[in-house]
Amino acid sequence: MKSKIRFSSIVGFIVLLLLILPLAMVVVTSFGTEATISFPIKGFTFEWYHNLFQQPDFVDGMKMSFIVAIIASCLALLVGIPAVYALTRFQIHRRNWFQNIFLSPALIPEIVIGFALYQTLVISFGLPLFISLLIGHFLLCLPYVIRLLTAGMLDLDKSIEEAAWMVGYNKVITFFKIVIPNIKQSIMAAFILSFINSFNNIPITLFMNGPSLNMLPTSILNYLENNYDPTVSAVSVILMIITAALMMIAEKYLGLNKLV
Amino acid sequence: MKKRAVLFLLPGLLLIFILLIYPVIRMFIPTFTGGQTIFSNYQSFFSSENNVQIIFRTLFIAVMTTLVTLGLGLPTAYWISRLSGRWRKIISIIVLFPILTNAVVRNFAWIMILGKNGVINNFLMKMHIISSPLTLLYTNLAIIIGAVYLFLPIMITSLVSSYTQLNSEIEEAAEVLGSRPIVVFFKIIIPQISVGIFTGSILVFVGALTAYTTPQLLGGNKNMVLATLLQQQSITLGDWTSASVIAIVLTVIAFITMIALNWVSKVIDRRNSHEIKN
Repeated sequence: MKSKIRFSSIVGFIVLLLLILPLAMVVVTSFGTEATISFPIKGFTFEWYHNLFQQPDFVDGMKMSFIVAIIASCLALLVGIPAVYALTRFQIHRRNWFQNIFLSPALIPEIVIGFALYQTLVISFGLPLFISLLIGHFLLCLPYVIRLLTAGMLDLDKSIEEAAWMVGYNKVITFFKIVIPNIKQSIMAAFILSFINSFNNIPITLFMNGPSLNMLPTSILNYLENNYDPTVSAVSVILMIITAALMMIAEKYLGLNKLV
Repeated sequence: MKKRAVLFLLPGLLLIFILLIYPVIRMFIPTFTGGQTIFSNYQSFFSSENNVQIIFRTLFIAVMTTLVTLGLGLPTAYWISRLSGRWRKIISIIVLFPILTNAVVRNFAWIMILGKNGVINNFLMKMHIISSPLTLLYTNLAIIIGAVYLFLPIMITSLVSSYTQLNSEIEEAAEVLGSRPIVVFFKIIIPQISVGIFTGSILVFVGALTAYTTPQLLGGNKNMVLATLLQQQSITLGDWTSASVIAIVLTVIAFITMIALNWVSKVIDRRNSHEIKN
């Protein structure tokens, strides 16, 4: 028993170090004075953070990624909440089939979704890039919403709703006054997870960004192809701060286990 | 079915059929109708030695990534599942943080470490262990390292939830009766967490199989995989039929592995619960 715990704690400790150190190194290099990234750093400067905000690709990309992530997550919730309610509360023939159709965006490789949407929506239907991109990110978010809300709905005792019906609430009012407030936490968790995944997405975004539509992750990817300076480290630090902030919100209001 | 159920499900179903399933089917059709025979596009795809090599490289990377994440994840998750209170929380945060951090950031960190003037080469040169930098970046190894870094937290998370449900009394009983730790691990623990192992493996394997960012940043132009080949054929070269063929090959491989691993997992799970009953 003891030897097993000792062995697993040594491996576990090394694994944790390996998980943290690369990201810590990125943070350190963002303050280096040399024009190419080097570790350990020689001097200390905030120049790269300043330079970061001079890059229109990064600044516009950040704004656009925020907008797309928020709209896509909201759309996924708007479509997902009634669907999950129906899937968990109504008698539905072949419920599993419907469940799988709603989860199908997670089963098809993201890069295939991106390519298929680009061909059909952008080229054949002639939809604007922004709308097509939103659709792609909406599809990306939907499975997270379905999964987290299904878990939330199954935890919610059905008799609470029935009690509300008995005291005379109609079904619509019950849905908004009883069901929604009770699964508020799951909705929040689904929103945060959708937001992060949309904000970080590359494979779908890759096909539907362009000179007029900059998204942050693909902008960084493009920048990395031609440059190797600490600006990339600086923008990485900003992204890590955003992730940390979202995790703190999730931890404070929901508990982190809601996210996985 | 009730009218209300239809009303609640219909918007989502319609959106998925029109915006996802229809575009995917529309992408696949020309790969069968465009050539002389139904399969001629596929014949020419598979007759290229380069393409076959790319398929094998993609599979190799996915298999290695799954095995390494399992090897590192099993002890780590065991350790985490035995912790409690504040430490467990702190460590869960450390594991979760990379999952939620952008893949570009995580791969970029490894460019810094593996590059010609990267951390490893600098260190080895300073210690006079090597005289010229090793080629670590833009190799299959670099892609595997990057993918392991990317997917290890997901494997750990799947395994921890399995370990947490573990019945430690069986384990202790086996130890009291004199089984060696290795035997206990393989005969008692592994069968009980097989669901977690398969869930984690499916997520990691399919993730590594279809990943785009990691091979793009760490593999370079020489070490292409199916996802980067798809990007090159469609965006760079504009050869949509070839890109569609690659898309269907990638999707089919992903589906086959998901179905196969799911099936194996169910068979093993049934056998285990059967054994415990007896």
